[in-house]
Amino acid sequence: MSDASINTQARASHGDAEFGDYFALLKPRVMSLVVFTAAVGLLAAPGSVHPFVAFCAILFIAVGGGASGALNMWYDADIDRLMKRTQSRPIPAGKVTEGEALAVGVALSGFAVVMLGLAANWVAAGLLAFTIFFYVVIYTMWLKRWTPQNIVIGGAAGAFPPMIGWAVVTGGISIESVLMFTLTFMWTPPHFWALCLFMKSDYKDAGVPMLHVTHGRRVTRNHILVYTLLLAVVAIGMAFTGVGGPIYLTTALILNGLFVAGAISIWRRDEEISEADGYKREKAFFALSLIYLFLHFGAILTEATLAPYGIGGW
Amino acid sequence: MSFREHHELHKRRFGRNLGVALVLVSFIVIVFGLTVVKVTRGDYEPENASIQRDQ
Repeated sequence: MSDASINTQARASHGDAEFGDYFALLKPRVMSLVVFTAAVGLLAAPGSVHPFVAFCAILFIAVGGGASGALNMWYDADIDRLMKRTQSRPIPAGKVTEGEALAVGVALSGFAVVMLGLAANWVAAGLLAFTIFFYVVIYTMWLKRWTPQNIVIGGAAGAFPPMIGWAVVTGGISIESVLMFTLTFMWTPPHFWALCLFMKSDYKDAGVPMLHVTHGRRVTRNHILVYTLLLAVVAIGMAFTGVGGPIYLTTALILNGLFVAGAISIWRRDEEISEADGYKREKAFFALSLIYLFLHFGAILTEATLAPYGIGGW
Repeated sequence: MSFREHHELHKRRFGRNLGVALVLVSFIVIVFGLTVVKVTRGDYEPENASIQRDQ
């Protein structure tokens, strides 16, 4: 084996990432939620935009969301190395350097905001810029490592996409878009806290002050119930606004009934019971939370799609 | 070992270069498409252009 081959192999493992490794920096799974909720916000808004402009707007919102994911991975590389759930991310896995992630994040953030402004309007672009700022600076750099309420306030970052989609069409903000924001905002805490209950060692090892680490599991279970009840009020109340209708109301009543029942079930359990059955109820609640958000936005989309035929809406 | 021999590294670099090329081509298509849509809809015409045309 020559020196040349040794050098080649060394570089292959450090710094010669595949395209997919850079794509993984954008958190594709989170991006899919961003795309879906932004598309619903855009399609449910009164008025219309050219289909190509709509496609581009969703794409730029997705790129902006992905860019904030890359910046999150850059800043959180130290704790990502400690948590099992995040050890396979491109930076801890040694595929992409921290500097590369920072460069990708900054470049794509600027690109997404400017292109959204040019393609749609500057209100939507401003909201996207604020979303990136909120996720990276307010959540990742400040709240995440400082307060157990990190997920509550940080959840706002993931809640902005439907508002941005709405702003692409209307050029502004309205009660319906704020309620779509509130739906995701209120959904995030019970969704994440349920995950924390059965992924307990991860956040503790990394020293992230999640509620269950700082205040214990009993308090976390109480919080899940309270937020789920508040979420149910918002979700069902939204049925009586411009984006709601009988289909949405039926969906919201069923899903919130199941979600509240799941939260009560988690609240009534203690660690002994949960450990005995491998956190079965907590895992089921987490799985339901994923379907919950998807179906609520799906119902809004259905109402908007059927409205021109006189079926959707009130 | 010959430098011409195909190493796994070359495959990775090719994939990365191809990905960047596709992204750049997509960007050109998007900018062109947006330009066509905006010009066709008259987004860049001055507000009084239609009045001037009628006169």
